[in-house]
Amino acid sequence: MFARGLKRKCVGHEEDVEGALAGLKTVSSYSLQRQSLLDMSLVKLQLCHMLVEPNLCRSVLIANTVRQIQEEMTQDGTWRAVAPQAAGRAPLDRLVSTEILCRAAWEQEGARPAPGLGDGHTQGPVSDLCPVTSAQAPRHPQSSVWEMDGPRENRGSFHKSLDQIFETLETKNPSCMEELFSDVDSPYYDLDTVLTGMMGGARPGPCEGLEGLAPATPGPSSSCKSDLGELDHVVEILVET
Amino acid sequence: MNTHAWPTVFGGGESERTRGGCPSPCGLDVTRMLGEDCTASRQWCHADIISTVEFNYSGDLLATGDKGGRVVIFQREQENKSRPHSRGEYNVYSTFQSHEPEFDYLKSLEIEEKINKIRWLPQQNAAHFLLSTNDKTIKLWKISERDKRAEGYNLKDEDGRLRDPFRITALRVPILKPMDLMVEASPRRIFANAHTYHINSISVNSDHETYLSADDLRINLWHLEITDRSFNIVDIKPANMEELTEVITAAEFHPHQCNVFVYSSSKGTIRLCDMRSSALCDRHSKFFEEPEDPSSRSFFSEIISSISDVKFSHSGRYMMTRDYLSVKVWDLNMESRPVETHQVHEYLRSKLCSLYENDCIFDKFECCWNGSDSAIMTGSYNNFFRMFDRDTRRDVTLEASRESSKPRASLKPRKVCTGGKRKKDEISVDSLDFNKKILHTAWHPADNVIAVAATNNLYIFQDKIN
Repeated sequence: MFARGLKRKCVGHEEDVEGALAGLKTVSSYSLQRQSLLDMSLVKLQLCHMLVEPNLCRSVLIANTVRQIQEEMTQDGTWRAVAPQAAGRAPLDRLVSTEILCRAAWEQEGARPAPGLGDGHTQGPVSDLCPVTSAQAPRHPQSSVWEMDGPRENRGSFHKSLDQIFETLETKNPSCMEELFSDVDSPYYDLDTVLTGMMGGARPGPCEGLEGLAPATPGPSSSCKSDLGELDHVVEILVET
Repeated sequence: MNTHAWPTVFGGGESERTRGGCPSPCGLDVTRMLGEDCTASRQWCHADIISTVEFNYSGDLLATGDKGGRVVIFQREQENKSRPHSRGEYNVYSTFQSHEPEFDYLKSLEIEEKINKIRWLPQQNAAHFLLSTNDKTIKLWKISERDKRAEGYNLKDEDGRLRDPFRITALRVPILKPMDLMVEASPRRIFANAHTYHINSISVNSDHETYLSADDLRINLWHLEITDRSFNIVDIKPANMEELTEVITAAEFHPHQCNVFVYSSSKGTIRLCDMRSSALCDRHSKFFEEPEDPSSRSFFSEIISSISDVKFSHSGRYMMTRDYLSVKVWDLNMESRPVETHQVHEYLRSKLCSLYENDCIFDKFECCWNGSDSAIMTGSYNNFFRMFDRDTRRDVTLEASRESSKPRASLKPRKVCTGGKRKKDEISVDSLDFNKKILHTAWHPADNVIAVAATNNLYIFQDKIN
């Protein structure tokens, strides 16, 4: 019985990047998109302007989005841990997923995973994660099924991670944040770096900029490591004195 | 994809995202934001970015607030036979610094001086009064004219020095002499320390004695004469901040019923409260919410349903709400759904993911009624703004830019091409400039004169029939 992550990795490693992209797209584009959205949202929650209080409305809306994704992922059991899974899951995974999110706008022809993966979901409510296709694009039914036999115990730690984030946003306990993110390893950092580099550079658009972006050099903005260092401040800012 | 259509944005609030595309008159040094492409020939001035626009009750005065804490008031020229074309032109009347940047030492945070809202008080004497607010402090300003000065004081010289008493041998009474008009602004009241969170709205009550101020979680009621006390009338802060899922986004008093006000939320709901029912209006009298369309549900549904502005009609019978993609008109007697929904830029629905990524999805657009409530106006991107005629059901897209606004020339309607072949003069969705957003617009209370703020430029358009 393969863990789902391993199975995906299997597809990715056997072919070249191009093939991996194609394979990943058909197998899990919706879930990858959703994961990318989740990652992006978590990054947004972290990155706050340090001198001025962050916008509470924006933070609440992003946090609600994160919760929605978490709930849906919990419901159909397709979420995966923030912490690294089996060894060898390369940062490439994360880069690819973000790329798909952006490239979906132009290349995906509405291929959506059938959310009714034995869970009783209907097509409608979950099919619109990233409806960036033009109106005329035909919608192809999902060809392969998303495997759901992933290890369940990871879910618990993910829940814990997310709750910890919200908790630390509330309590002024900076050390908590440090601990939390010390669990998160390089894949997460890489995503952060990618997005940071992407946003920091004088780039035409976030989506196009990702292509050909290997290990991203952080732009003029601070690297993720220094962002973590500033988490003390973030926590203080987000919490009422 | 046009390289300038999707600018990357780095965190922060609304004020950081807006950037001037036109040369700034203020002459300050370039302020370079991270990741921004800044050509040497342009000058940026973030302090010039207009953050609020408001006509007074007669429409003769137009106030703007900017990110640098300044208020600039324009006055309409009176009809003048010798200069017939200048009727209705607005010229600068007064400029003053309303708010300064502050530093909150307790939280180690800067408090922005950006003016979030300006609201005029009804005029009661020769002077004009307005309320201006930043994130934390509201100020009442008195703007008065001085066109005479006294000369010939008995006890002091012309330059103000006291005369030597022994030299005073005769009594002289000062006489008033005309002088160049001087407009003075002085702060009359400062209402501070009542808001933990950022103030998003102020609204003057129809009793002309009280006003409300709303932040993300609370609404306070003030008396204009009393600065050391305010009454908290709405408080939605949960005991445990972890449970926070909804914030207040805007609030306004009813134009005629001094006991009624509404406030909107980030979940797309509006609550109407009656202050007679209880001191703390946590329980609403009416609850307005449109049921969600399940077929269009996405992870962004809540964000785009968040209401950025709420405005009562002049009649008091309707109210209008602005969410990310549409403007809705509600009948106060019907809570179940709006009576009208106008799409502002539906073509953005398929771009929500990118708009979330670059934070544009959090832009807070305002909306306004015309004097007769027959038309409504709101802003969009690419310096476009939209007007909807409620009677004829027609709508138009116009652009506020130097290229398309020659003096006395009519504005040409614009069209966004959403797919397929782009016609001449149409602009495709991918070519829209999301840095050029029109968040603030205002309509004269009686005439067809509108004020449109495009980043750091103010445009005033009038009906040609004038």
